[in-house]
Amino acid sequence: MLIDTSTVGLVEVEEGTKILPPNVIITTLDKFINWGRLSSIWPTTFGLACCAIEMMAAGAAHYDFDRFGIIFRGSPRQADCMIVAGTVTKKMAPVVRRVYDQIPEPRYVVAMGSCACTGGIFRTYSTVQGCDTFLPVDVYVPGCPPRPETLLEGMMLLQEKIRKEQARWSPWR
Amino acid sequence: MAVTEVRISIHPDGLSPKDIAEKIKEQFPDQVVDITEFRDQVAVIVKRDNIVEICRYLHDDPHLSLDHLQDITAVDYLNKKDVRFEVVYNLYSIRYHHKIRIRAQVPENDPEIDSVVPIWVGANWHERECFDMFGIVFSGHPDLRRILLPEDWEGHPLRKDYPLEGPEPDKDWPGFTEVLKRSKELREFEWEG
Repeated sequence: MLIDTSTVGLVEVEEGTKILPPNVIITTLDKFINWGRLSSIWPTTFGLACCAIEMMAAGAAHYDFDRFGIIFRGSPRQADCMIVAGTVTKKMAPVVRRVYDQIPEPRYVVAMGSCACTGGIFRTYSTVQGCDTFLPVDVYVPGCPPRPETLLEGMMLLQEKIRKEQARWSPWR
Repeated sequence: MAVTEVRISIHPDGLSPKDIAEKIKEQFPDQVVDITEFRDQVAVIVKRDNIVEICRYLHDDPHLSLDHLQDITAVDYLNKKDVRFEVVYNLYSIRYHHKIRIRAQVPENDPEIDSVVPIWVGANWHERECFDMFGIVFSGHPDLRRILLPEDWEGHPLRKDYPLEGPEPDKDWPGFTEVLKRSKELREFEWEG
């Protein structure tokens, strides 16, 4: 059924999104999928060092990740995102990579703290000099450790990044 | 019981570290190399040959009763002292609240010392860590493996001649180079937006 949009009250609420009262929304598939993804980023519960304490604080009642739809999941298979919170040692690197490999696509990585970004103060034999050596990092959150507000900012940046994605539906599109 | 009598006869604060050091020197005059003092911390430097006898005496003597082994570690004195390594034993008496530090000299060409696990069971993991980090072999240890680093790691990182930033990328730990290689291979399967 075709609707003549000039005769009904089609309201453009933002660029590319129109509402037909009372309950019809017309938008692009990209916008719809991206909105769904960015509103429910589920990270794996995965901490490596002191940054994990700040991450837990950000998830708890005071800073409340849940209001962004960010809910920690106990299994990487149910998650969309991995927050690498802390120092990645070479011995731990295979485990971190395996957790990442278990996350279903599309997946995102947030490197939290100086150690995960660059190795930080640990320029030593045992520490990986930045987890981007073996993971595709989307957002870097600096700080030692970053305060929960900083992590929130990082997650909001990730949301903005997801909002701008185009046709990220499948590798065989 | 004899223990009760000792409790009465000894001052509740136990012995001063200097007194303990003197007692060790009396008991093992040919084993003690030196006694050092720094900010009221007394260390007795001994030869490694009779370390088990010395520790057994410190543990069993009713007036010393150093029954708590706080820590075992080692120090690398590369280019600073003639004998390269010193294994450090921090001992404490739960009964008398006194403590002493024993340092045993271990040469570079034969880094070996007897294990004190038969005296303090808690020495087990400390000695493994010491072996892991310094490569000092504790003979008589029940299970001398690496404890912190991966088992196929090469070298002993807390030695002064070990490179601080680790081995060259091509000589790195195989478990890590494997991860780097695999992440490169899997990159083509990433979804792109």
